[in-house]
Amino acid sequence: MRRIVFEKRESMSRRASTLVPIISLLASLLLGGLLLAISGANPFVTYYEMFRGAFGTWNRFTETLVKAIPLMLTGLSVAIAFKMRFWNIGAEGQLTLGGVAAAGVALFWAQSLPGWTLLPLALLAGCVAGALWAGIPAVLKAYLSVDETLTTLMLNYVAILYSEHLYYVAWRAPGYNSGTATFTEAAWLPRITGRVHAGIYLAIILAVVLWFVFKRTRWGFELQIIGENPTAARYLGINIAQNVVLAILLSGAISGLAGATEVLGLARRLQQGLSVGYGYTAIIVAWMAQLNPLAIIGVAILMASLLVGGDQIQMRMGLPAAMGLVLQGLILIPMLAGMIFMEYRLRIIDPHTTGMEVEA
Amino acid sequence: MNDNPPPVLEMRNIVKRFPGVLANDHVNLKLHPGEVLALLGENGAGKSTLMNVLVGLYRPEEGEVYARGEQVDIGSPNDAAALGIGMVHQNFKLVPTMTVAENVILGMNGLPFRPNMDEIVECIREIARHYNMPVDPKAYIWQLSVGEQQRVEILKLIYRGAEILILDEPTAVLTPQEARDLNRVLQVMIDEGKSAIFITHKMDEVMAFSDRVCVLQHGRVVATKYTAETNPQELATLMVGREVLFRLDKAPSQPGDPMLEMRDVHAKNNKGLPALQGISFTIRRGEVLGIAGVAGNGQRELAEVVTGLRPVTQGHIQIEGQERTNRQPLDFIKAGVSHIPADRIGMGAVGNMPVSDNISMKGYRQSPMAEKGILRPRQMLRFAREMIKRFEIATPTPATRIKFLSGGNIQKAILAREIDACKGLLVAVYPSRGLDVGATEAVRRRILEQREQGRAVLLISEDLDELFSVADRIAVLYEGRVMGVVPAEEASIDQLGLMMAGSPAEEIDVPTARVMEEV
Ligand SMILES: Nc1ncnc2c1ncn2[C@@H]1O[C@H](COP(=O)(O)OP(=O)(O)OP(=O)(O)O)[C@@H](O)[C@H]1O
Ligand SMILES: [Mg+2]
Repeated sequence: MRRIVFEKRESMSRRASTLVPIISLLASLLLGGLLLAISGANPFVTYYEMFRGAFGTWNRFTETLVKAIPLMLTGLSVAIAFKMRFWNIGAEGQLTLGGVAAAGVALFWAQSLPGWTLLPLALLAGCVAGALWAGIPAVLKAYLSVDETLTTLMLNYVAILYSEHLYYVAWRAPGYNSGTATFTEAAWLPRITGRVHAGIYLAIILAVVLWFVFKRTRWGFELQIIGENPTAARYLGINIAQNVVLAILLSGAISGLAGATEVLGLARRLQQGLSVGYGYTAIIVAWMAQLNPLAIIGVAILMASLLVGGDQIQMRMGLPAAMGLVLQGLILIPMLAGMIFMEYRLRIIDPHTTGMEVEA
Repeated sequence: MNDNPPPVLEMRNIVKRFPGVLANDHVNLKLHPGEVLALLGENGAGKSTLMNVLVGLYRPEEGEVYARGEQVDIGSPNDAAALGIGMVHQNFKLVPTMTVAENVILGMNGLPFRPNMDEIVECIREIARHYNMPVDPKAYIWQLSVGEQQRVEILKLIYRGAEILILDEPTAVLTPQEARDLNRVLQVMIDEGKSAIFITHKMDEVMAFSDRVCVLQHGRVVATKYTAETNPQELATLMVGREVLFRLDKAPSQPGDPMLEMRDVHAKNNKGLPALQGISFTIRRGEVLGIAGVAGNGQRELAEVVTGLRPVTQGHIQIEGQERTNRQPLDFIKAGVSHIPADRIGMGAVGNMPVSDNISMKGYRQSPMAEKGILRPRQMLRFAREMIKRFEIATPTPATRIKFLSGGNIQKAILAREIDACKGLLVAVYPSRGLDVGATEAVRRRILEQREQGRAVLLISEDLDELFSVADRIAVLYEGRVMGVVPAEEASIDQLGLMMAGSPAEEIDVPTARVMEEV
């Protein structure tokens, strides 16, 4: 009788680690197609419209890039943390607080500072705020072994509610229901084309720098050892607590930067719509990119296209915009299932032949 | 040779390839009922691979397996279990956070949804009693010593009704006493009609416990012999392909300045109980101090204390006259201390990283492997290549992840890194564990080389032969105390044995037992 068994891979295949994300994506599109068909839409037309919605015209493509920027930055942030096996699901809160800090600088220091320093200082404030927000769970974890999944998640709510308090109450501009006054022009992050702002340069530069840090620096080497085997790291004289905290500060700073560029580059004031879930989608981005900083850039654009395309099908086909989000969520499931195939493979056993192998 | 009754197990023309290596090259092997077959071979010869094929963990590219005369297809460990084949792996496969009983039934086929644990516990107790292997079925694995974990692995096999036992270097991690116990248990099982394949690097075990020997070299069977018709020297030559010296030439020691001084050191073990209770000794440059003792008497804690991995609760540690008590591991590394740990997979290596990175994990801090915080991969690779050659580490490429190397070759990679990095003190814990005779000889020679170059060596070993041939003085550890220190050339096995059982050196009335003045 024929049987199918899981077999542990004797060596990790490079091919599997690039194929798995792609196959997972196709699988999730298939699942999504089924869902669309059930809700009465033609999946092919819908996907076509989504594609056109995200890439169809130059204008729409720039909108896709606009959404990709915060995904790139938070994706990088999450990837650093995950490499250390630090399950930072607090990118959303770090982003929000980064946006708040940047707005604070742009609003309240505009008079007292020379104009040209305002933008860099606002960006920096965003980084610092994000770093501090990530630093709390990092210190708790490194020195007191407090579980970080819970603390990072809880702090998201604190940050988001605080930001709401600011733009609804404390910092609300007179005459508006919500939102602060628009920043002075000196604090605006320049735009490149359409609404695409200079944050995209920052994201790409950071991706390359992080790739270099992990591949080629002593610190990156130590982080890798800590992530893979903390016992060995300690034995090799590496200070685990200190390095974990440093890495998470960096992770938080990048999420904070994401928030700062959103506020300074898009809305140019603090208003509702800063926290729209980029920090959670970033987890999918980081996993799909296998925590590789360079791949994160591409994957972020792909995920952004699902977001933008999702909006488009709402407008054109009368489907709920949530469909785009549902499709995004669907990516994660085959992705996680796909991870198994990087360590295992399927084999069909036929007792009469030596058994044939099916690469999966 | 008389081949009836038919072999319980037969492997024909087994071929197994890994990227870059031919691990098994047309291997033929027979196991007769009630027989113990010893499988010998150098590190990386393909012994573990061949056995993993038998239990369905690896699928051979070519060849057939026959059980009791019939061709079988073993696709998974559960298939193997159904045929009565069970294996104790070189690295145990137990879940530390679960109990003994839970581990025994873990992954078994055909269990009810809610197994009756009381019944299982009772059954395990019964087996343990029958084979005289004391184990508490309700204890957690993390609470057990390595020897006890070994017993759990064997219980697991018996519980699952294994008739053909495969033991991959079962005694490598055991004390001589535990090894004798294990072999006694094995003998009972053989007398009950079970058969066994036994992998070991220890010649005396081959001679004492096996009926036949099969020697593998580079994946091929080079000889199969009746144990009674061969001898250790011949087997070693067959394995390595050249003659092996069992004795080392050791120049008289010329001790220099004190390197490590321990004064009244106390420390606790992982459970918070006192493990070291007032240890004092000095090791000078150019000297090897051997530590003998039954495992669990403070060896692990001693090694961790002198490398900064475990806090000292009382007393002082000085390295080259500098106070180092309770300093960070990095301070010890910078002071020139190298450490070959007992737990090579868990502590000594990072399994998912390449062999070359693992070899560079001490040198990466300085030039030439790093400049101003930037790594220089080419230099790291060059260094790794040099070490791979010098220490004869068998690896397909330097970029292979280290977890894919054979057990002995992982150990060689750690040895290479630590011996090369050693500047003052080498702390070697069971350094030749799991190494073949050739590599063991090489390691002992390297340790003596370190001594000749004026380094101090703390050698913790369970192998008295190793202590006699390498150490200058031997200290015996018992319940966290030093029972006495004797010069190696004057020590006798009987005297050390008494000290290991807890008699202080002064009380032993042996004329040669002169206690060193400076303890
Ligand atoms: N999963 C694997 N992937 C790639 N190569 C492997 C794998 N397992 C073993 N090898 C290679 O196959 C060869 C044989 O390894 P094996 O573990 O069988 O040796 P061994 O005889 O058991 O050695 P030791 O005495 O050191 O345990 C080695 O060169 C090893 O590097
Ligand atoms: Mg082996």
